This record gives sequence, C-alpha cells and structure tokens, in this order.
Amino acid sequence: MYEGSLQDLIDALGKLPGVGPKSAQRLAFHFLQTDSATVQNLANLLLEVKQKVKSCKTCGAVSETDSCNICNDTRRDVSIICVIEEAKDISSIEKTREFKGRYHVLGGVISPIDGIGPDQLRIKELTSRVTNEEIKEVIVATNPNLEGEATAAFLVRILEPSGVLVTRLASGLPVGGELEYADEVTLGRALKGRRQVS
Amino acid sequence: MPQYRDEGIVLRTQRLGEADRIVTVLTRNTGRVRAVAKGVRKTTSRFGARVEPFGHIDAHFHIGKSLDILSQVESFYSYGATLSQDYAKWTAGQAMLETAERLTPEEKEPATQQYLLLIAGLRALIKNEHDANLVLDSYLLRSLSLAGYSPTFFECARCGDEGPHRAFSVEAGGTTCQECRAASSVVPAPATIALMSALLTGDWNVADASELKYRREASGIIAAYLQWHIERGLRSLRMVER
Repeated sequence: MYEGSLQDLIDALGKLPGVGPKSAQRLAFHFLQTDSATVQNLANLLLEVKQKVKSCKTCGAVSETDSCNICNDTRRDVSIICVIEEAKDISSIEKTREFKGRYHVLGGVISPIDGIGPDQLRIKELTSRVTNEEIKEVIVATNPNLEGEATAAFLVRILEPSGVLVTRLASGLPVGGELEYADEVTLGRALKGRRQVS
Repeated sequence: MPQYRDEGIVLRTQRLGEADRIVTVLTRNTGRVRAVAKGVRKTTSRFGARVEPFGHIDAHFHIGKSLDILSQVESFYSYGATLSQDYAKWTAGQAMLETAERLTPEEKEPATQQYLLLIAGLRALIKNEHDANLVLDSYLLRSLSLAGYSPTFFECARCGDEGPHRAFSVEAGGTTCQECRAASSVVPAPATIALMSALLTGDWNVADASELKYRREASGIIAAYLQWHIERGLRSLRMVER
C-alpha cells in the first residue's frame, strides 16, 4: 500500500508474534513520528540483544555471560533443579519467591506431531547434570498440558535409574477461583493431589 | 451466527495469539473441523483442559468466516490423561492422531468411519489387551483401508491371481505374483504377511501370538505403505517406541 522502506517496515513488523497488519501499520507510523534518537536507541538495543545474549552453558537460560546469574549465585540450593520448558518460565517461578534451587531449560517439550523428539531437547544435558552434580531433587515444571505431562513421564523414566527424587508441580484449583467454575479434569487432579491438613 | 453441535476427538492444537488455540477435531458427523478455542491457554479458562489432544468431546461450534469458533465443550473422556503416563503408548497414540488428520484431507467432509475407528483404536490402546505397536499397526492398516488404500495379502494386487504370494510391493498395493513382481518388491516372511492380514481383519489371536521379529518386519512394511499413500512421512511415526 505504501512505498519503499515504510512498507518494508510494516511487513517486517507484521511478522512479529501477536502483531497483525493493522498493528504493524500503527507501529510503523509511530516510529515515523518519534524523534530519531529514540528510534536509533531502539535499533541499537535490538542489535545489542542479538549480539550479547546467549544461553547459559549450565542451565540453558538466557544470559550475557557463559554462566547465568542464577547458576553463579552461591546462596541458591545446588541440590535442587527445576526443569522448565522455556527460559521465560524462570521469571514466573522466580516471582513466587518459593524456589531457591537452580533451573534447567529443556527448550520445548516432546511433540511427535511437530517432529520434536527427546533428541531435540536438552535432556542429555539434564541427565549429565544429575550424574555429575550432587542433585537430590528434580522438579519437573513443564506445562500441565498433554505434551508437558508426556515429557514429564519421559523424564521420570530417564532419571529413575539415577536414584534422584523426581517431583512434579501440583495441579489444581486457581487461588481465588470457585469450585462451580472448575472443569472436571482440573478438579479431578486437585482431588488426586489433595494434601493432609490435620 | 449459525452454529452446530457434534462430538469428536481432538487431533491437535496450535497456539494462536496470546491465549487462544486452533483446535483440530475429527467429528462424528461433520468430519475434520478446525476451530478457534478462545482464551483456553489462560489458567482461568473453563474448558482449556477439555480441548487437549486425545480428548473425546461434545462440542458446540459457531460457524466463522475462515475458522469456526469453539464455544462450549463437554468432555466424554480424556484418553490423553492415561496415555501421557506411558511414553510408548503416547507416541503410538500421537501417530494415530496424525494419521487420522492426514487421511481426512478435506475439512468438513464427513468421515464417520475414520472417527469410529480412531475411537476404537484409542480405546484398545488404553485397555492394555494387546501390544501398543500391534494396535497402532492395525489402526494404520484399517484407516488406510477406509481411505481406499486397502492392501491385499492373498491375491496378486496387479492381476488378481490367487495366492498366497511371497513378494509384497508397496506401489502395487500388496502381494504380487512372480509375473507382476516389481523391482522394488520386498519378500517378507510368510508369518509377516499372515500377521499383517490378521491386523487388517482384526484377527487378534493370530496377531497376539506373533513373534517379535515378524512384528518388526510388519511395522516397517506398514510404515512404508502408509508413507507411499500419504506422500509425506508421518512425523510422529518416527518417534514411536518400537
């Protein structure tokens, strides 16, 4: 619709996740109206993040150094590993302030229909950590959907011979929710995973 | 907005936007349907857990411009809850779902027999009465048969000459006589041909009594036969634990 670089920018922005053609156009015009210094700063940041940020060699989280802040933090419990699907899941767990161990990013979940098998994930690195480090517990925190559950079942099978304690995040009712609105699968799991209070 | 209600099996889900999913459902009466399930990735979703793959659901759809909208879902049974606890069975089940999707290429073209076969296959998988790989191979042969690609295991697939014949040709569509035998034919053990025939007809006494080496040979031939007819390999079949 537009000419030259403006249309190229709209097309490029339209390829971003969650950005449709209309939003892409709105963003492009926003950049046009913004002063050059701000746009330059954004462009520099985009390049910088691409050049500097890499994966932590130990856990696979995003880091600007070979080892991330969490892996370097000596106050954290080195005997517990929390296995997560994506690096962005770390911030969700960190917000709880309940977990003081370290992480291991799988880089996805097993999804045969998408051609993703155990070899495409960082499962070998996990078994190597469990063997070489003094790990007492592995918390499997993959998403509570079918692929996450199947990946958890696979990890249990792989880690069982090492004798390490493997635990899974509990499933159940959201805090502040009501039983009436819970679906039967979630409620069923909440019942199965009930805990003793007296 | 026009709407319809149908029961079906969830074949796959794909992420859409921030919190939605595109759900592919093989329904009893409408065939394969792709519909948007809004907000199901949020923890507050009332039916997110019901629209997971392997879910047997009773669904209410609103007809949309490009994709339908999944507005209400009730669950009959979640095969996935059982299957996901056993990795080998889960991978076999995934191959079934992918096959069902590929053998129903046209959206909203009724495929009731494929739907019923898929339910029977998933039930057999969780019942533990037969080996998971045998159930999968039987399902693959039968679904191909329903799609019009039934292999022959007795007559010659080319000239119809009465068998039994030793050579099996994927291109010809089954066993072939000496005259019709193609260069790419394989010569499986007679017990392997008997096993494949039993899997196609549902003769479980023969199938259950078969030896592992014949099961492996049959699986390889069935996979090649499937790949030939659907033109692309099944991604999930490569990951099935044999």
